[in-house]
Amino acid sequence: MTDVTAFEAGVKPRSHIVYILTENPVSIVAIAGFAVIVFAAIFGPLVAPYDPLATNASVSLQPPSWAHWFGTDQLGRDVFSRVLAAARLDLMISVAAVGLSFVIGAAIGSAAGYFGGWTDRITGRVVDTIMAFPLFVLAMGIVAALGNTVENIIYATAIINVPFYARVARAEAAIRRNAGFVQAAKLSGNSDIRILATQIFPNALPPMAVQASLNMGWAILNAAGLSFIGLGVRPPTPEWGIMVAEGANFIISGEWWLAIFPGMALMLTVFTFNLLGDALRDIVDPRQRT
Amino acid sequence: MSEQQPPLISIDDLTVEFTTRDGTVTAVRNVSFKLAKGETLGIVGESGSGKSVTSYALMRILDGNGEVAGGELQYSGIDLKRATDRQMRDIRGREISMIFQNPRTALNPIRKVGQQIEDVMREHAIAAGGLAKKRAIELLETVRIRDPEKRYHAYPHELSGGMCQRVVIALALACRPRVLIADEPTTGLDVTTQKAIMDMVQELAAEQGLSTILITHDLGLAATYCQRIVVMKAGEVIEAADVRDLFARPQADYTKALIEATPRRDATIRGLLPPDDPRRGQPDLSRQPASAGTEPLLSVRNLTKVFPAASGGSWLPWRKTDPTEGFTAVDGISFDIAAGESVGLVGESGCGKSTTSMMIMRLLDVTDGSITLAGEDLSAIPAARFARHPARARLQFVFQDATDSLNPRFTAARCIADPVLRLSDVKGRARVRRRVEDLADMVGLPRTLLDRFPHQLSGGQKARVGIARAIALNPKLLILDEPTAALDVSVQAVVLNLLADLRTELGMSYLFVSHDLNVVNLLCERVLVMQAGQIIEEGPASQVMAAPNTEYARALLESAPEPPPSLLNRKAAA
Repeated sequence: MTDVTAFEAGVKPRSHIVYILTENPVSIVAIAGFAVIVFAAIFGPLVAPYDPLATNASVSLQPPSWAHWFGTDQLGRDVFSRVLAAARLDLMISVAAVGLSFVIGAAIGSAAGYFGGWTDRITGRVVDTIMAFPLFVLAMGIVAALGNTVENIIYATAIINVPFYARVARAEAAIRRNAGFVQAAKLSGNSDIRILATQIFPNALPPMAVQASLNMGWAILNAAGLSFIGLGVRPPTPEWGIMVAEGANFIISGEWWLAIFPGMALMLTVFTFNLLGDALRDIVDPRQRT
Repeated sequence: MSEQQPPLISIDDLTVEFTTRDGTVTAVRNVSFKLAKGETLGIVGESGSGKSVTSYALMRILDGNGEVAGGELQYSGIDLKRATDRQMRDIRGREISMIFQNPRTALNPIRKVGQQIEDVMREHAIAAGGLAKKRAIELLETVRIRDPEKRYHAYPHELSGGMCQRVVIALALACRPRVLIADEPTTGLDVTTQKAIMDMVQELAAEQGLSTILITHDLGLAATYCQRIVVMKAGEVIEAADVRDLFARPQADYTKALIEATPRRDATIRGLLPPDDPRRGQPDLSRQPASAGTEPLLSVRNLTKVFPAASGGSWLPWRKTDPTEGFTAVDGISFDIAAGESVGLVGESGCGKSTTSMMIMRLLDVTDGSITLAGEDLSAIPAARFARHPARARLQFVFQDATDSLNPRFTAARCIADPVLRLSDVKGRARVRRRVEDLADMVGLPRTLLDRFPHQLSGGQKARVGIARAIALNPKLLILDEPTAALDVSVQAVVLNLLADLRTELGMSYLFVSHDLNVVNLLCERVLVMQAGQIIEEGPASQVMAAPNTEYARALLESAPEPPPSLLNRKAAA
């Protein structure tokens, strides 16, 4: 057994990533999908065939064609261009929300796990309180109370995600607080804060990163959900949630393309982020592989 | 003795290969040996020698990526290589049983131990219902567990490590097997517990006519309990001989080196090194007596540590916990360490030796008593605020588990640089790097390894990184907490010599915490024996080793297995 582990120990990280990618082709799909989403978010408005906000009553409610791949909506706007343009806003909201909850959750969680005692009890109860709400309803409440803006959607999404990061960080910090290398760092004259930052947190980072990637899809869905019910982003801004909400009215009359295409974009994005989370987990810890 | 009888187990030309992403690794190569009925065979080797893999191949429990690439495996006429999975299930447990290293992981934590024994019997259709319960209690009695009816209802976490190992043995014996394979059965247990368990296994084997394979890294243990020993290295059998022949006339150089490296009562620290090591001839300067009459460097008076009761008392802040409640780990101990002196602190697990070292290190607050380092009382400063105290640099520590003590995300150089950056006046990238390289040279760590991460280093190299970090600030007192317990004997020999040399070079004092009196004797002038939080014996190492005053110290000494003196050794002594 020992021979084998000794053997693996010499493997460089890069070849490890290559190995994971070739062993599990799904992770290549995930990374390709991620590349497409990021491309759409950065260059979407540039490559879009039409202006996503330009109305043209003469071509309203046209089914998908070569001129309009995803058809047009009731105001004659090109659905394909709007789906592309919406990627940037949706991705921005979710990245900002996830980043915010990552930072807050990591700080709260690792402090709670490392110090224990009262720090742990207080932060633990706060986190439990947030978890006690139905999270989407809590997000609705926060946006309704703070006002209907993009920033408030970000804050609401961040707040309801904090508990997940705090719990992961707390668990990772708690198992390491008495580790030999933490004791050794104390002997080397490191203060508690410095130990948290340089010794504990870097070791908690891999599972946190996996959590972030899995959480990303959920954050997009959450933001789109808020817009869908009329909170958050307002028309005519292209956003997947609003587009689905607006398009839903036309499904009965047969204009299915209005809701289906932004819905598909939303679904594929969430799916890609979930796959990416799995791939990231494989890279970070191949033993947890399903 | 068993020349006429066919062997019970015969392994012939066995080769085991593991398929990894980087190709095939041969873990065991052309291994052959036989086990006769009623015989106890020892397989001895250092980590990575393939000794465990051989037994896994025999039981057909190799990991998914391992396979028997060649050779024959036979158990009393059955070809184990070609047996069906069904046949193997019957053989495992009923015919051949196995005891693993860590008894706690071998037991299901959420089932009562008695029920677990019953499960095995039911699985193999030996007994069921009330009969199974009766037999389980009998088995617990067989493995010398007191009060078996009560212990039947115990959960694994309620039992000590030694008791758990007894339960595991009871599990292994439940179906009256004919062969028992013990894979490092006592690693991690105290020497006295180890002796009790091994004596019991030996008696049971004799009573029930069991054949035993003892897999161990400890030549002394194998010598005490086995009739024949197979020495393995890097997947190959180096030597196989009767115990007496092996020690009297070891044939292979590797066997000789292994015998030499095993600490014994009359060994010298230089004598542990392999015969061709140049340092063997150098005198061990650390054994010169410390200059007497000087002020003690460290003076511990009436040191006490009481841990609060497990329930933690009331959670209401105004209801203070009664300080007399709780568990007294260290009970008013006093001792001195002179400048340049090396003192051994010996005791079994739970005796309070680790708590003592943590308090002296100021990682743990004292309940009562004083710790004076060079005239300054340190016990008053809370552990939480000691990190920036000037005395921090003068007290350093070498951890038992080198792997655990190194941050997995720091390179070796970064680990060693940590105390230099925080507590020394060496500033600037280049100067810190130079200091780290000097330290690496001092502990014999090749500079090329400095940019590797801990998982890319061997056990001995990690131990060197830990020592380099500890001496980085030129401490006055170094506490060594079993720094060689996790190392192979040949590596232990080199590390012990390194520690002895560093002490003379840097003029440090050592407090060497260990359970192994033989190792302590090699490195220390004076020994403190601890039991249940108190120091029960104190004296020069040679005196405690030769004529212990207390019953406990004698038991500790006698329990330590020791290889028989070899001719080789006598020649070296002459």
